[in-house]
Amino acid sequence: MSTIASQLAGKRIAITGGTGFLGTALIERLMRLVPDCHIILLVRPGKRSTPTERARREIFRNDVFHRMIQERDETPRQAPSFWAEVDHRVTVVAGDVSTDGLGLDDNDRAIFASADIVIHSAATVSFDAPLDGAIEVNLLGPTRVAQALQELEASPHMVAISTCYVAGNRRGNASEQLLSDSPFDIDVSWRSEVDFARRCRTDFDAQSRSTDRLGEFRKRAGSELGAAGTPLLSAKTEQYRKRWVSEQLVEAGRARAASLGWPDSYAYTKALGERALNECKGDIPVSIVRPAIIESAWSEPKPGWIKGFRMAEPILISYAQGLLREFPGVPEGVVDVIPVDIVVAAIIGVAAEGPSQDGTINVTQVASGTRNPLKYRNLVELVNGWFTENPLYDKRGQPIAVAEFSFPGRGAVERQLNWAYKTLDRADRGLKLLPLRGKHAMFNTQIEDKMEQVERARAYVKIYGAYAECEALYGVENLVAMHNRLDPADQEHLACDPAIVNWDHYVTGIHLPSVVEHARVKTKPHASDPDARSKRLRKRVLAPERHLAAFDLENTIIASNVVFSYAWLATRNLGPADRLKFTLKTLQEGPGLLALDARDRTDFLRHFYRRYDGAPVAEMDRLGQELLADHILTKAFPAAIRRVRKHRELGHRTVLITGALNIVVDPLKPLFDDVICAEMSIRDGRYTGELLSVPPTGEVRAQALRDYADANNFDLTESVAYADSSSDLPLLDAVGFPVAVNPETRLASLAVKRGWLIEYWSKAKGNTDRVLPLGPLPSLRKSRR
Amino acid sequence: MSKPQPNPRPGFVLDVDRQTPPILFHHGEGFRMEKLPVGRSRVIYPSEPLAGLKDPDEAILNAVLNPIDDDPLPSLLKPGMKLTIAFDDVSLPLPMMVKPDVRQRIIAAVLDLAAEAGIDDVHLIAALALHRRMTERELRHAVGDRVYEAFAPHGQLYNHDAEDPDGMVILGETRHGETVQMSKRAAESDLVIYVNINLVSMDGGWKSTATGLSGYAGVRVHHNPETMRKSKSFMDQEKSELHKSNWRQGDVIKNHGPRIFEIETTLNTNTFGYDGPLAMLQKREWEWDFRDRAKFTAMQAGLKRMSGAQRRKAFHSWRAPYEITSVQAGEVEAVHQKTTEMVYRQHIVPVAGQTDILTMGLPYICPYNVNSIMNPILVAVQGLGYFFNLYKGKPLVRAGGVLIMSHPTPWEFNPVHHPSYVDFFEQVLAETKDPVVMAKKYEKQYAEDEWYRHLYRTSNAYHGVHPFYMWYWCTHALEHLGAVIIVGGDPKATRRLGFKPASTLQDALEMAEDVVGPAPSVTHLHNPPILMAEVS
Repeated sequence: MSTIASQLAGKRIAITGGTGFLGTALIERLMRLVPDCHIILLVRPGKRSTPTERARREIFRNDVFHRMIQERDETPRQAPSFWAEVDHRVTVVAGDVSTDGLGLDDNDRAIFASADIVIHSAATVSFDAPLDGAIEVNLLGPTRVAQALQELEASPHMVAISTCYVAGNRRGNASEQLLSDSPFDIDVSWRSEVDFARRCRTDFDAQSRSTDRLGEFRKRAGSELGAAGTPLLSAKTEQYRKRWVSEQLVEAGRARAASLGWPDSYAYTKALGERALNECKGDIPVSIVRPAIIESAWSEPKPGWIKGFRMAEPILISYAQGLLREFPGVPEGVVDVIPVDIVVAAIIGVAAEGPSQDGTINVTQVASGTRNPLKYRNLVELVNGWFTENPLYDKRGQPIAVAEFSFPGRGAVERQLNWAYKTLDRADRGLKLLPLRGKHAMFNTQIEDKMEQVERARAYVKIYGAYAECEALYGVENLVAMHNRLDPADQEHLACDPAIVNWDHYVTGIHLPSVVEHARVKTKPHASDPDARSKRLRKRVLAPERHLAAFDLENTIIASNVVFSYAWLATRNLGPADRLKFTLKTLQEGPGLLALDARDRTDFLRHFYRRYDGAPVAEMDRLGQELLADHILTKAFPAAIRRVRKHRELGHRTVLITGALNIVVDPLKPLFDDVICAEMSIRDGRYTGELLSVPPTGEVRAQALRDYADANNFDLTESVAYADSSSDLPLLDAVGFPVAVNPETRLASLAVKRGWLIEYWSKAKGNTDRVLPLGPLPSLRKSRR
Repeated sequence: MSKPQPNPRPGFVLDVDRQTPPILFHHGEGFRMEKLPVGRSRVIYPSEPLAGLKDPDEAILNAVLNPIDDDPLPSLLKPGMKLTIAFDDVSLPLPMMVKPDVRQRIIAAVLDLAAEAGIDDVHLIAALALHRRMTERELRHAVGDRVYEAFAPHGQLYNHDAEDPDGMVILGETRHGETVQMSKRAAESDLVIYVNINLVSMDGGWKSTATGLSGYAGVRVHHNPETMRKSKSFMDQEKSELHKSNWRQGDVIKNHGPRIFEIETTLNTNTFGYDGPLAMLQKREWEWDFRDRAKFTAMQAGLKRMSGAQRRKAFHSWRAPYEITSVQAGEVEAVHQKTTEMVYRQHIVPVAGQTDILTMGLPYICPYNVNSIMNPILVAVQGLGYFFNLYKGKPLVRAGGVLIMSHPTPWEFNPVHHPSYVDFFEQVLAETKDPVVMAKKYEKQYAEDEWYRHLYRTSNAYHGVHPFYMWYWCTHALEHLGAVIIVGGDPKATRRLGFKPASTLQDALEMAEDVVGPAPSVTHLHNPPILMAEVS
């Protein structure tokens, strides 16, 4: 047994942040190398899972444990002895480092207090976290752990994980010492920073509720969703408000960090966290480990092991996909990357060696910059060379050529990206004003796609650019000394000297293949089937276990609307002169009607249906039949009709839910099992122009479907809905399998984002199109005898 | 030939030589002028139009007063009797004829006699079997406004409804077990007078009532691949199983059905007029005069500038100035014999020997797209069903030979008239081109589909099963031919039909050589006006 293993044997080791990249690797190594230790995990309960379930799913099912499982001749699917060992050696307690007292109950408190070593690895590692969240976790987290231990009258060795970047944005050496001992220390009271962050949250929240702001959020929700009905619009508005508060807090964090000389709120909160811990640790012996940028494993448990999409990965993939053509950085600068297994070894080493005897905090930095530097230019060349050899492929199966970096300044890159974003944004707004549908509406989605890519690139540059430009050199004397103190066996298994890494091999042989494998990108030159996704989705929509399919009428089954049907019916008995008058009048009213329709469909329908006031019922019913042949069927999408029939063939119940009038809809009844439509009241054999109930549009339509499903015992999560416009969102949202048919721009982008099936159905070709469909001339009846 | 010829010239087979001008090919709503290979090609021209009857109304009256093998019509008309007049639907004649329509003349005459006899209970039924319902405009054209307004508002003039659950009866079975079905109104009438227009030799006779007033149960017994395979051709009564089956059904009607008084008429081939904008279409190319050439060039230039829908509208508004060449009335079979003689007199062109390659230009219209779109399935049936079968004796093209037809064949459908065609094309033809396979797997499903039934009964849709019949019509040709090539057609639609697309006739001829060998003989069927080849 190695020395370290024997030092840690029988110890109870508590770990926070076990579900993270570093935490998971740490647990695996401890379980594998120190067979006799017991592990206590402090895990936050998930939204829908207990801490134990979370730990099982997010930690022990990770492929990091495959090595352990294989060493016992078991498979990941069938590993009884592995799970027995987990149950035996691991205790999970529910806790949260962002609450005082860690949110532990009495029982868990006792378990936590029984630890010999506490490794605090929990952190908000996102570089653009909202300020208050980062403060609660990163700044106050370590202190809360120390205080909880004090309250429990326990004094285990506490190893706090920090980051090298607490040293701030500066050039030159940054050695392994507390910030307060550094000549560059700025005296900031961490308590006032905490107060400030908490007040920020309250202030921004109050600001977000001002009349102007709320109006703005509502307007944005309206422009995204259109006439989707009050419930959806309110939900969206509230979402925008919360997002705005969060964005303000991110910006506030970044600004505050920059003002104090840190690259971002992560480094800033971590730095103040160290300071607070030092102040509040009391009698708890503390060591601090500061890794640099942690990346995939060098050798343990296997080369290239990585969990999640980390900092450098999205940049690398965006670069390989040709989306990111420039990234700021100083070519001769150092990119301080450190493989995760070296960090894990260092933490275990520090934990095993124990705290300093004099009660001060021991700092160990785990970085490569001084000992074995990877130059930015070298990295770029390696990445460029590797992706040239092993390109990613576009969807047509062509290899993507990667760009040569010219190492521009951050400002230049940001300006370029900002310009691209603005141009795209203008095009997007312009397109949204046009009444596009179906495939044309997809232009917009493509632009939004591009915008998202640019937006992402812009975020990378903003967040990570500072790191690529950082020229601080992190001293690792303590780390190297610790490595040298290891006995030879441990030097092999728990090597923590960064010098062991061969960067050329690490970048091209380990890291990049691992990143590409995890990124789910195209690495084979065959063209992908452009319809593969649609086919997959369609198969799910048409699966036998679906049982209800709801259809909208206008632009989903027929390319027509209530105005057209009315025009046809109203002109059926008119002579040529009156028709002309009617056409001119209708065209003149057109824009007003459209505007009303866009605002509120229900108001529009009520307003419009008044026109039927006084229409004789018998005559209308007769004309309805004619309307079907002369107008509706010529405007119908044959594929839509086929789809309705396909559902029926599969035994699904089909229901048409439309705001159109029963006069128009009745002839279509045999196509569906049921029809829910607008109905007018009748007085003395004539229509009154007034509706019997609120027409089924917007949220009323969704409610109508819910009522229908309840009455007939259907489960909406197993149901399908077809509709064409964002005003149908409540209907589409109500079911498990929404389908957007010839969507207009807003719905098109929503459907793409939410992964809904999109169908493009067209009218039968070769038939004439009329601006305003009028009934056939009745003059036949007076024709010559 | 700017006016009716006192002695119209019979049909003619031209051997193509160096002096032969380019030959006219109909090409949907347009035309192509094509050079045929010199020395091995021939062109079959139809006979010139026979002279029409001088006084059709008098001929009609004469026919009903002096019927063949039957009593004069007035003696059959009794007060208080139930009388049904059934007439051919919008699929006849093609194109629609100038007013007054033959049917209008006959129905007017019959109604006058019925009125004289004091009959009140008269129904007029468009005997459309599984075809689409005729529109008001079309009915008015067929029977005339006076009759329409006198009968339609009272529900006494209407379209046959083969899917009316209360409106159809089974009359019995033939000795071959074939069901005979009929409209209940007709079956329960004391007398059914059938008004026919006999455009081609397969029309008329017992087919008028046995098929026209029937439904799916009665039609399916002979509208199937097996019957079509045994009909060589279905235009040749002696060799048509379809004909024999209808005649067997006629026996059942004779014994168990209403009394039928058949009035049949024949038309000449004056489809495009002796004069006027389309007159050159029924002339032989080397006889085109300056005015013909000028009109044709102008027409081609005009068509080029029109949209597809405009061209269609222009062509479908053409009314053929057909003249009636004969009227005969009385007992069905005797009447039809006379009718067939008259049809053959107009249509038959003797042709010596078969050909390796048969070419044809398909016009804009077939029986099923009056005022509508000629969709790809109808293109197939026009070429492989109708034109291919316009023969007596042997097919014009040898077994294993190639059929080249010219038509734009757009992937277009009229969703009102042909809803089940759209689905047939997308579903059935995508899976199989074999009539037997599709009959087994899909026919019942389409025939009994509720939605198609609804559209057939209430809108203007062909019956759900109708596209299958179109494909069955092609059975004989599909089995006989080595390949089918469409010149100038939409390639995707052409391939869906199982045919090969070619952009020019020259390409098509070269492609055909791969099937029939080098230097093949070519025969062009110069139709319409209609001709029927008697191949020796």
